[in-house]
Amino acid sequence: MKIILFTIIFTTLFIQALFSASDGLKPMKYNFSFDGILGSLDKNSAQRGLQVFTEVCAACHGLNHLAYRSLEDIGYNKSQINNIAKQFLIDDIPDENGEIKKRNAIYSDKFVNPYPNEEAAKVSNNGAYPPDLTLIVKARKDGANYLRSLLLGYEDAPEGVDVGEGYYNKYMPGNIIAMPQPLYGDDVEYQDGTVATLEQEVIDVVTFLTWTAMPELEKRKSSGIKVIIFLLIMTFFFFLSYKKIWKDVK
Amino acid sequence: MKKNNTNNSNSVLEWIDYRLPIISLLKHSAVDYPTPKNLNYWWNFGSLAGFFLLVQIITGIMLSMHYTAHVDHAFSSIEHIMRNVNHGWLIRYVHMNGASFFFIVVYIHIFRGLYYGSYKAPRELLWWLGIIILLLMMATAFMGYVLPWGQMSFWGATVITNLFSAIPIIGEGVVQWLWGGYSVDNPTLSRFYTLHFLLPFLIVGVVVLHIVALHTHGSNNPLGIDRKGPQDSIPFHPYYTVKDFFGLGVALTIFFFVVFFAPDYLGHPDNYVPADPLKTPAHIVPEWYFLPFYAILRAIPDKLGGVIAMFSAIFVLFLLPWLDTSKVRSATFRPIYKLLFWVFLVDAIILGWIGSKPAEGSYILVGRIATSYYFIHFLIILPLLGYFEKTKPLPSSISKPVLAE
Repeated sequence: MKIILFTIIFTTLFIQALFSASDGLKPMKYNFSFDGILGSLDKNSAQRGLQVFTEVCAACHGLNHLAYRSLEDIGYNKSQINNIAKQFLIDDIPDENGEIKKRNAIYSDKFVNPYPNEEAAKVSNNGAYPPDLTLIVKARKDGANYLRSLLLGYEDAPEGVDVGEGYYNKYMPGNIIAMPQPLYGDDVEYQDGTVATLEQEVIDVVTFLTWTAMPELEKRKSSGIKVIIFLLIMTFFFFLSYKKIWKDVK
Repeated sequence: MKKNNTNNSNSVLEWIDYRLPIISLLKHSAVDYPTPKNLNYWWNFGSLAGFFLLVQIITGIMLSMHYTAHVDHAFSSIEHIMRNVNHGWLIRYVHMNGASFFFIVVYIHIFRGLYYGSYKAPRELLWWLGIIILLLMMATAFMGYVLPWGQMSFWGATVITNLFSAIPIIGEGVVQWLWGGYSVDNPTLSRFYTLHFLLPFLIVGVVVLHIVALHTHGSNNPLGIDRKGPQDSIPFHPYYTVKDFFGLGVALTIFFFVVFFAPDYLGHPDNYVPADPLKTPAHIVPEWYFLPFYAILRAIPDKLGGVIAMFSAIFVLFLLPWLDTSKVRSATFRPIYKLLFWVFLVDAIILGWIGSKPAEGSYILVGRIATSYYFIHFLIILPLLGYFEKTKPLPSSISKPVLAE
């Protein structure tokens, strides 16, 4: 029995150690609204995060996989979404003369990319490609904490560290990041009157990007609770039947 | 007609069974099928493996209706499934984690067989069919992991297909033939999709043979002794059906906990980055269930040697029924083997841990020692142990295990 216990503990440790290979500092822990089994997305925070994203991040980063219509999930209605979308121009389908004109984006369009293609993005950013942010929270280990730490983690490079064209950030693997510090506090004026401190902006944009990476998060967790309760009851009844049927064996 | 009114359903079944004996086949092999009455919970994992195979096939077919096997569209078609398909996120998370749970369940099933000597006569072919299922599962899972066309998909596929270039003379040609080109690219993705769809049905076929072989001599049991008469057996239904349902309930609870609350825990974050042939990830690691074999591959300093060692690690299992010279099946009566079984299990886990680490420093040394022990266990210890080990006296029958003393 001890050996079995030992094996189980060992296996757990081993699985946790699996993906710890990275040079950056371990991200700081923060208690987000969506953490934990009962966690749900703070929609006001996500809306403020959209504002930060649109006014700051969207200058260089795209949200390729996200459609404007999905914003209904974080509490916007259709006309509000159309108002958000129409700020952006998108290629229309060819008209009767075969020309492709620009039109305002609408509800059903995907988020408009800041650059027409990867090369255009690179040439405007010293050769570094600003990654698409739709899935960034899932594409990094401990994504939400990592992103928050990274956005708060800009510092002057220590003596003797040559950052070249980049910037020093101790949470970035390799400690050198091509992106200059994007947020300093007071970068936006929140529509709901919240004070736009750096910490507040970072939490809001991380909440928003967690939603873009996992739009199913709330539904997943709430149905998860129901499914697990159902399964526990079902399993309990199977156990009772098992004991009853096997009562006479031996 | 009127005469049969009271017994209508039965007569229909009889009519069918007289012409196509599927009812009596089912009754013979899933209802009346005599089973040792002393099977413990470790015997639940066979039916669980069958269940997860079904889950994978059903969710896989649903996913295939929305997935696009093209390098330009594969990644976004997965995101389309996750965002726009009704319950697509659930189907995809079940499929993703279902693969992991299929392997967990099958590995436990295999270690059960190792502990209780289930591979010994007359069950050698049953064991062989099981290893063939494992090999098919590995091929299927590997190709499935390539389909999302993320960074780990692409680079995992590149590393593993490149292994074949270690074959002397024809290696390069074989690799290009596998790729359908000069690198992992669209032809590779589309053939992997085809094979990923095909292989599970081959697995179903081999599973049927596995069950036929099982039912020929019946299940082994924790005592590892043959049944002496009807008093040692109970019918499969209702005894083991209800026990299997209980086991399934427990397994599903754990499974859905992971699916709903930690769906990406067993995956790698890099696979949410679209494949980029110009950018190699810092550490290329396979899915967790391949890690022990990955460690064996990298333990040998020579590429061809590593590939041979990795494949031998599975093929040695085919020889196991003859490498293990002991006449006693169950480890319960083999004190030294019982200890060495746990040592071997820990060795396999260490190999998995090493497989997840970069091949540098002391990891290399530990990997080499663990790899050596893996083969020493099968090729040296087991053949000799049968001659030197003093086994405990076997009970005279399953019904009277106490009488042995």
